[in-house]
Amino acid sequence: MQLKGYRRPDGKAGIRNHILIISSVVCANRTVEMIAAQVPGAIPLTHPHGCAQLGIDKNQTARVLGGFGANPNVACALVVGLGCETVQPDIIAEVIAKTKKTVDSITIQQCGGTLKAVARGAELAAQMAATAAVQEREEIAWSEIVLATECGGSDTTSGLAANPACGHASDLVIEAGGTVILSETMELVGAEHLLAERSKTKAIGQGIYDITQQAEQGAMALGEDIRGGQPTPGNIAGGLTTIEEKSLGCIYKAGNTIINEVVDYACAPTQKGLVVMDTPGHDVESVTGMVAGGAHLVVFTTGQGTPTGCPIAPVIKVTGNFNTALTMADNIDINAGEILQGTATKESIGNKIYEEYQQVINGKQTKAELFGQRDFAINRIGPTL
Amino acid sequence: MSARLMVMNKKDNVATAVVGLVQGDIIEVKVADKTISFELLDKIPFGHKVALKDIAANSEVLKYGQVIGMTNKDVKQGQHVHVHNTDSKRGRGDIHNE
Repeated sequence: MQLKGYRRPDGKAGIRNHILIISSVVCANRTVEMIAAQVPGAIPLTHPHGCAQLGIDKNQTARVLGGFGANPNVACALVVGLGCETVQPDIIAEVIAKTKKTVDSITIQQCGGTLKAVARGAELAAQMAATAAVQEREEIAWSEIVLATECGGSDTTSGLAANPACGHASDLVIEAGGTVILSETMELVGAEHLLAERSKTKAIGQGIYDITQQAEQGAMALGEDIRGGQPTPGNIAGGLTTIEEKSLGCIYKAGNTIINEVVDYACAPTQKGLVVMDTPGHDVESVTGMVAGGAHLVVFTTGQGTPTGCPIAPVIKVTGNFNTALTMADNIDINAGEILQGTATKESIGNKIYEEYQQVINGKQTKAELFGQRDFAINRIGPTL
Repeated sequence: MSARLMVMNKKDNVATAVVGLVQGDIIEVKVADKTISFELLDKIPFGHKVALKDIAANSEVLKYGQVIGMTNKDVKQGQHVHVHNTDSKRGRGDIHNE
């Protein structure tokens, strides 16, 4: 199937054509919502951060917001700040401007209050929407696509069916020239030796040990048994006994190719093929990090079912649990449960997932998109000052 | 009839129930080209694990051919293997925290 997407001024390809209204700080959230409400199709990006932050924590918040605006799925972006915050809208707009797409920024204080900021913001956003509306899809290649992989609400069927099928699809994406991101560092704990063995260089393998050790030590510093946080109560009810068991099942979704790079949270991979991103096991923070790093679409395997989506990237739900495929049918795009019933193989379902990727790239709406799931959460790494 | 248990690797000493299984069921399952048969000593809910052989206390529990944890008591063939008899070795801030 020929892939089609939107060519951006920097040469990259997007698979959606969103107008994104970005809040640089919590204080601008309502104004951002009001601006987006004036312009059909515009997406508000709101969050509780952006002020009283310092150093690497402030930088990470700015990197995520800038990364969302820079993501090729976004046609044009407007950044809205209050005016006196730590993460100034200009900083974010400058990052986005490097992609040469249309970006603007305003502050509520400079505009003279909420209503004037909404009027000015809506005027800018409406112009952006008019420009984006006339852009047509053109031919793009798999080598331009970055696929994020994620699992959440896992049970034992994830490691037995959904993740192995998804892994087969990951291998097909990489064979076609694409990039696949494996994430959720805590859910690599107990399986890191298998990934390190598959790393392109010793240094990349060491990088995997470094991030898993850091994640494990961070959890241990709380003085508790990790069980309860990982696996979660729902994971345990579904039959997962330990974090090691969960992790060993998780890594299947990345397939069997070698690992070419380890990147920090919300940083864009520089290599194609399989890449590991250091993200938390929190689904929404993890997906947010990968999409800020340039991922176009997300495959999300689940045992118990979850509605999670992303404001600017389609999220495809795959379950390995045939009961969930029925009880959570509203939220499931692909049923891999047939693998456990013996009526399908991980290869046959993997092929189906790969076909679904192509259709979704070309515009097919996922369940999460149809419900307007715009889940967004920035991973914080420092205290609020 | 499709399999009622799934064994992921020939080294494994546990298997996963792909249907809910009741106590007293006689199970036949293929492990490393050998068919073994045993009685279920516990109810095994869908997605949960059962011991394929006796596993002594403080021994490795193997799934996917890898260590997924350690038993904290003797586990008999056919018993449910889960959080009541198996501990994680990782992320144990409760016992390893300095």
